[in-house]
Order: sequence, then structure tokens, then C-alpha cells
Amino acid sequence: MKLNKAWLYLLPAILFLGVFMVYPLIDVFVYSFEEGYNSASGTFFGIGGYNYSYVLRDPYFLQALKNTFLLVIITVPLSTAIAILISVGLNSINALRNFLRSLYFLPYVTNTLAVGLVFMILFKKTPYSDGLINLLLGIFNAGPVDFIEGPYWAKMMVLCIYTIWVVMPFKILILTSALASVPESCYNAARVDGTGKWRIFTKITLPMISPTVFYLVITGFIGAFKCYSDAVALFGTNLNAAGMNTIVGYIYDMLYSDGGGYPSYASAAAIILFVIVLTVTVINLLVSKKHVHYN
Amino acid sequence: MKIVLENLTKRFPGRGKKDKTVTAVDKFNFEFKSGKLTGLLGPSGCGKSTVLNMISGLLSPTEGKIYFGDEDVTDLSPELRGVGMVFQSYALYPHLTVLGNIIFPLQNLKGKDKMSKDEMIAEAEKAAKLVQIEGLLSRKPSELSGGQMQRVAIARALVKKPKVLLLDEPLSNLDARLRLQTREEIRRIQKETGITTVFVTHDQEEAMSICDEIVVMKDGFINQTGMPQEVYDSPENLFVAKFLGTPPVNVFSGMVKAGKLYIGDEAVTDVYLKDGDVSVGIRPEGFEADINGAFSLKLHSVEVMGRDKSFVMSHEKAESEAVRAIVPSESVPRTDGDKVRFSLKKEKVFVFSKETGERIKVSYEA
Repeated sequence: MKLNKAWLYLLPAILFLGVFMVYPLIDVFVYSFEEGYNSASGTFFGIGGYNYSYVLRDPYFLQALKNTFLLVIITVPLSTAIAILISVGLNSINALRNFLRSLYFLPYVTNTLAVGLVFMILFKKTPYSDGLINLLLGIFNAGPVDFIEGPYWAKMMVLCIYTIWVVMPFKILILTSALASVPESCYNAARVDGTGKWRIFTKITLPMISPTVFYLVITGFIGAFKCYSDAVALFGTNLNAAGMNTIVGYIYDMLYSDGGGYPSYASAAAIILFVIVLTVTVINLLVSKKHVHYN
Repeated sequence: MKIVLENLTKRFPGRGKKDKTVTAVDKFNFEFKSGKLTGLLGPSGCGKSTVLNMISGLLSPTEGKIYFGDEDVTDLSPELRGVGMVFQSYALYPHLTVLGNIIFPLQNLKGKDKMSKDEMIAEAEKAAKLVQIEGLLSRKPSELSGGQMQRVAIARALVKKPKVLLLDEPLSNLDARLRLQTREEIRRIQKETGITTVFVTHDQEEAMSICDEIVVMKDGFINQTGMPQEVYDSPENLFVAKFLGTPPVNVFSGMVKAGKLYIGDEAVTDVYLKDGDVSVGIRPEGFEADINGAFSLKLHSVEVMGRDKSFVMSHEKAESEAVRAIVPSESVPRTDGDKVRFSLKKEKVFVFSKETGERIKVSYEA
């Protein structure tokens, strides 16, 4: 009786999750193996791995894969490290702390596309102006560089800076509260025992906030792998033409391009993304066992 | 090594614009004797922890000097002072094992003091043995009981052989039985190492039982210093008399008239003082049940505690509602209606000035 009641309470959630999460997931998996699927007629030729081999050979996908990986590898460690530095800094000052905290949090409550526009103005080179960054570069006799429509590395750099900028406030918010929860007495004990500042940071602060850092790294990886809107905000919707597409962007394009699109290819790409994220997360978990201290 | 505090003063700025600065410690002058265990005792907020934190260097004094031996350490940062400190919350590093916690201070050593890993472990094992936690070295703090954590904290404070050991309310997070046991342990360790130790507590019993000397503080001032028994037997003011002893001293408002000390209408004892109003403190053990005694109180109940018993009584001139007398368990109250009569032990009766609360030294003989 009690058990039935429990199921009854869970039923609405299970129903919704089943219809809108589990079923589509399975469906995507099934789609990804259906060859030559036509979304208008709902027919397909056969079952096999052709969708995967097509996607994995598609230069657009490979470009998106490369972009996404670069983005992940550059932005996750950098943004986490910078966020830790800023949080430790914020935690160790008294004057203006709350003001600076609010300042650092502003990007979080700002619309992604609006921030993208600001970045455009900062970086974009137009016939009338080279953009603020190029003005700065000019002082050092460098540039001008066309960051938005110029060379690949320049575009990648802008995308990375933008991504780091966008994810930073959330990380700082979480980290400052984690830092505040490290008991003052631990620091006092360390100081009385003659511990240097760097050693206090690496041997006490970092281990004690390690669960939070780990959480940020995992969610950072997942978030960066799913990057799409950031690229759109900077380079517009035709990401393939800009050479700045991401995996999620590729999936989106595959779904809606050329009228009906190619849901099978999109599904295969989605499954590949899923496998990548899963693998990276598992590796993260394994690595963290040694370095994350839960109390 | 002795610790000398000279005119030590700490003022904290007020929080708001209208708040005045708070003087936590005011012109503190004291010498902590070398190799002794000294208790800083006082109610919460009296500035005793502030004094300790200034000795450790965690707080810098507003005025005054601190000397370790003959060396002026006032402006030295904590790591250069060579003190070991045990915190009320233990402050163990939760991510390190017991061994990791104990060798942490050794790993900080630099230059000629630098130790090899084996030396460090040997030292840590010695410290662990001293506090009897040899078997726990590979555990994490979360796997220890409160008493064990306290021992680890003491071992960590002692491992680098500090010149001074500072204990900040080290027992207040332990349960009653463990507190008794651990305080004796602290006493034993202090005696074995012969290290100059300062022990902060608000518990007078704790301080009295293990300290060589106690410093009673109130509102940032020293009220009285001395050996525990001395201070107990001869409090210099009403606050010290009230603060030391459980159950606390019974305070009455009394009067001196013609060489007699009156409480209410009864002349309880002879005193040679000039006439006037006074406060009278009587230790619970200063009462002797005596059918012919001069002092009568209204009896409410008798609490039997095995070794002795406690009479709970009241008196209209008493400051507190209940007046407690502790008498040997053999003595039987002889009541006169609901009154019970006592004679008083003169050395347990203190007379204080009504206005200042200062002790008035009384001679009982002419």
C-alpha cells in the first residue's frame, strides 16, 4: 500500500520525463542507425552504421569537433583557474568586497547575445573602425587583426575569451561561498605553525574547496561541449561558413538544413557527442578520486 | 621560557559609525612563569582569548609589549614566534590523515631546520605517543571522536617543540567525563614536556584543578592573580569570590555595628570594622550545622550527593534566591520550624565594600 502510494507520487514526474526525455533519447539512438531516413515520409532504407561513418567523414563535423575540443581544453582549465584566483582575491579583501562581487556577477544576469554584441564591438573590424581591441594593439604596434572574419586562431581566441567571460560569474559565485566555508581556525592554525602563503593555498585552501572545484570542472566540461549560442552570438548563424561551428551547432544545422534536414545524421552526431561527454566525465571522476576530499 | 606582557592593550574599532571602539584588553601586565601551566580565567567576553591571540601573534596589540624570555616579539609574525596552539574547534585539516596533520608544522620548516621525511615521521610518532594516539595515525579526523581530535591537535601543537603552548578553551567541546580525563592528560603532558603553557578557559573548576597559577579577568582587566587555592581562599573582590567555586559563594547584604556583623537581625560573627553597610560572601562549605548557631535560614530542600549534602535555603538578605550550604553527609539538619541554624567558619566569610565590591580585610581578633 505504502509502496503504491510512493509510485503514485512519482508518476507525474516519471510520465513527463519518460515522454519528453527517455523516449526521445531512445528515439535518437534508434534514428542514428536508420539509414536514409526521410522525415516527410517517415521511411528508411535499412539499419546500419552508415550515418556514423558519414558524420565522422564530414569535414564540417570534423571542423566542429576540432573547434569544440579546442574550446573545451582551453576554456575549462583557464576559466576555473582564473575564477579561483579572483575568488581568493575577493575573499581576502575587505574594502569594496560586495561591490566587486556584484560587478563580477553582472555578466551572469546579462543576456548572452547582448554580451556577444559587446564583444563584436570590441573585436570587430569594419571599414570605418578597427574595433577597440585593435586600437589597443595599435599602441604596441601590433595588428590590426580581423578577429571576427579573419584568421582561424583569431576567431578561436575571441570565442575562448568570450566563453571564459560568460562562465566566470557563476564559478566565482560558487567558489566564493566555498571559500567562505573554510573555517578561519584552520588558517589560524596554519599561520601559527609557520605555513607560507603559497603552501596555505595549495595544501589547505585548494583541498578544502576541492569538491566545489571538481563540480565546476565537470559542469564546465559538459557546458563547453554543448557550446553553441556563444558561437552564434559572435559569428552569426552560418557557423560552417565561418569555420567556427561546434558539435551542437552541427547537430542543429543537420536537423534543419535543406528543408527537411537529415535527422539521422543529426542523431548520430548527438550520440557521438553523448559518448564523448560520458567518457570525459568518467575520466574526470576517476582522476578526482585521488584529489577531491569530501568531509 | 617566561612570557612577559607589558601594558598590553587591544582596542577593536566599532562596527558602525556611532559605535565606540571596544577595548577588549586594557593595560595587561603579567609574567607567565617559565615551565608552568597558567590559566587565563574569566567569563566570556572578558578578553582572555584576545590575550592568547596576541601572545600567538594572530592579533597585533594596539599598545604594549610582549616578551618571550628577554626577546621582544611584539612585532614578530606568528610563524616566527615558535608557539604551538590548540584551538577550541581543534582546527584539524579534514583532508589530511592524523599523521599528515601532525607533520604539517614540520613540513613548513625551512633552511637548516629542514627535516627528512623519516625524521618528520619519527617526530610525529613521538608526539603521537605522548598524547597516546599511536594507533590512529592513518585515520582521517572525521573518523575520530572529540577527545581523539583534541589529542591530535595537541600533538600537532607540540611536534615542532615550541617554546610556548597556547590552549584556547581546549575542553569546551568535550562531554563532561572526557573533559575531566583530558584536563588531567593536558596536565600530564605539560609536566612531561615542561613547556610554558597558557590555558584559556571560562570554567573555574578546570582552571583551578590543573593550573599552577591563575589569572582572573573581567572586562579586559586583571582582577586577581595567584595560585588557585590562594585566590579561592582570599578573593580580592566580590567578582573573583563569585566566579571561583561551585556552588558559588553566597552573597548577603549585611551591616557592621559595634564590632558585630549583622545579616538581617542576627549578629552572625564578630568583626572589628567601622560601622556601615557591607556585602558578605559566605562559601557553601563555611556553614556548620549548629543548633545554637547564630545564623538562621529558611530550609527548602536537602540534596544528597553521596560524599556530602547540600542544603538549599533562602534568606531575605541574600542576593540570590537560593542559598547553598555544603555539609558532611553525616550531619542532620536540626530544624526549628522551617528554620535551620548554622555557625560560620570565619575563614570562609568574606566582607566586601558595598560600593566598590573590594574586599575589606577583617581581623576577627581585637
